[in-house]
Amino acid sequence: MAFAAQAQDRFIVMSSTTSTEQSGLFGHLLPVFRKATGIDVRVVAQGTGQALDMGRRGDADILFVHDQVAEEKFVAAGFGLERKPVMYNDFVVVGPKADPAGVRGKDVVEALKKLAASKAEFVSRGDKSGTHAAELRYWTAAGVDIAAAKPAGYKECGCGMGPALNIAASTNAYVLADRGTWLSFRNRADLAVLVEGDRRLFNQYGVIVVNPARHPHVKKDLAQAFADWVVSPAGQQAIADYKIGGEQLFFPNAGAR
Amino acid sequence: MIRMSDVSVRFGDVQALKGVSIAVGRGEFVALVGPNGSGKTTLLRAMHGMLRLSGRRELAPEAAKQAMVFQRPFVMRLSVRNNLRLALWLGGVPRAQWNERIAAALARVSLQGLEERPARALSGGQQQRLAIARAWAIRPALLFLDEPTASLDPAAKKDVEALLAGFAADGMTLVMSTHNLGQAKRLASRVVYLEDGAIHADLPTAQFFGGGAGGRAQQFLKGEMA
Amino acid sequence: MSAFAESVRTAVDLIVHADAVLFHTVALSLHVSGTACLVAAGFGLAFGAWLSVARFPGHRVLVWGLNTLLALPSVVVGLIVYLLLSRSGPLGSWGILFTPTAMVIAQTILVLPVIAALTRQLVGDSLRDGGDQLRSMGARPMACALLMLVHDRWAVLTILIAAFGRAVAEVGAVMIVGGNIDGVTRVMTTSIALETSKGDLPLAMALGIVLLAVVGVVNLFLGLAQRGHGSALAGVR
Repeated sequence: MAFAAQAQDRFIVMSSTTSTEQSGLFGHLLPVFRKATGIDVRVVAQGTGQALDMGRRGDADILFVHDQVAEEKFVAAGFGLERKPVMYNDFVVVGPKADPAGVRGKDVVEALKKLAASKAEFVSRGDKSGTHAAELRYWTAAGVDIAAAKPAGYKECGCGMGPALNIAASTNAYVLADRGTWLSFRNRADLAVLVEGDRRLFNQYGVIVVNPARHPHVKKDLAQAFADWVVSPAGQQAIADYKIGGEQLFFPNAGAR
Repeated sequence: MIRMSDVSVRFGDVQALKGVSIAVGRGEFVALVGPNGSGKTTLLRAMHGMLRLSGRRELAPEAAKQAMVFQRPFVMRLSVRNNLRLALWLGGVPRAQWNERIAAALARVSLQGLEERPARALSGGQQQRLAIARAWAIRPALLFLDEPTASLDPAAKKDVEALLAGFAADGMTLVMSTHNLGQAKRLASRVVYLEDGAIHADLPTAQFFGGGAGGRAQQFLKGEMA
Repeated sequence: MSAFAESVRTAVDLIVHADAVLFHTVALSLHVSGTACLVAAGFGLAFGAWLSVARFPGHRVLVWGLNTLLALPSVVVGLIVYLLLSRSGPLGSWGILFTPTAMVIAQTILVLPVIAALTRQLVGDSLRDGGDQLRSMGARPMACALLMLVHDRWAVLTILIAAFGRAVAEVGAVMIVGGNIDGVTRVMTTSIALETSKGDLPLAMALGIVLLAVVGVVNLFLGLAQRGHGSALAGVR
């Protein structure tokens, strides 16, 4: 068993988010890629903030995250070559089945307004992840300035999606989650999806090859191979094929925008 | 063999030895006596080269081979044999001579047959005899002993005294501290009385016990012999 | 209570079916932590022994520093090593971030103070008992300290067991410098953390039980070796 040096050098380090790893997408997608190209993808899964930081330090060859604003800043600052859209999934607002704050519906902004007014418990990831960034955007749209004054039941855990769901499940709180993590989450207790389908809840993923001009050791060709493959028909089909319990989690949209 | 000239030793604030001078000739058996805290142990250690001192310490060339036996023997958690091997190794004895020396040493102290035993499984008296075997195995010319029988029962005490007498008869030079004046009388050729870090009497045994010792020593004798 | 029962059942299932991924994960845990312990032992035993006999100005400060490092959080060690090995860091050119080697380095740094501090105390205590007699036999101070390591070898083994426990049970350092990469740097503790964060608590607990079981077996062998060498013989002081 070779632990130290891997015999094959054809691997890249991909920095990605916990939502893609924990939903099981990579477990499905990467073997397909390896079969097609012989390239191994080693995923380090963390929040989007950490993932981008890893790219800036040159510790990853390629990024696969979901915060378009931050991604474009990353490329503009010269850390990445080019950002390509790959797929989207959606967020859902999850909460206790009894729904004491009465948020059930199709409008996320209305839901958050009601939450702020009701003093119901809300768990925020608070970890600079793509999900957290999206959550903050929705609060702003709802007219709530989180930085200035948090709603009564607002709790920040500084943690990943899974742990946030765990906390929500044990304290009967509301939480914004990506559908992928929710579908594979096993500890639901009394939680259910209360708000979904709002166009604003769509969550776009992008892939960026780290710029070798900044970090010469980056395996640009291998990383580019993945970036090209994941937006190719083969890659996009593989994404669409991934289902949990018959439900598709991620919707390929490489052609868009 | 060894000469200490105007030697002083201090530990922190305490002056344990105050300008002590003593010379020990080849083949002598010197007993150091005196009350607790008089500096007997300190003098032994100083003579054995274990302490930093002011003054002078001179050794005859053959006195380089020294050993010391302590009141409570420390044996390693090894077999009896390996304890002796360690002493031989540290003493610079060539490996070829080890087996023979080990056998001879164990026989001398009557511990033969116990080579493979864990040294820690021996009785107190046996461990002290092992310590003596350990010392004797390197054939020291000069042997120091710090109250070697103080923690032994009478039978073990007799055994050890017989061993020491035997060493003296073989020509070894011994310097021994003891609380047991009878022991000093039985074994030593010369008695040195210490009190409060200084030597107050230094006489051949017969003279020391025969009334030749000065005031302080006499008082001590009276007190101890009562 | 049912969650515990389910976990125990899952743990037994995992072990009995000898799941290949589980086997690899356990093996990697033992390899990383075992190697770290051995390397740390090499330096730590020597350093601890040396500290017990060395006398120089600043000695007390060094001992205080060492004892304080015992409280070094594993995640802090992970951060420090990450920053050192990061491509943007001083040792980036080594390219070993996110490999088992980086994990071994981090865990070695983590357990080194444990071994050194405990060894220093152990050897120091033994030297108080018998250091004089060893010096009298001709051993120089450092030799006395090393001889005490032999004298106290069973206590030293316990120190190493404690260090191994600290290493194999930690998750902060290996998570950061290893990245919990599936099949490459995923060890038992990072697996447990991952399953916990995914909400699969029974599986996480089961993995914890498996880890304890494995370490328990290792300790069983060590205990038997100890008995065989007679340190448990009656009458030994």
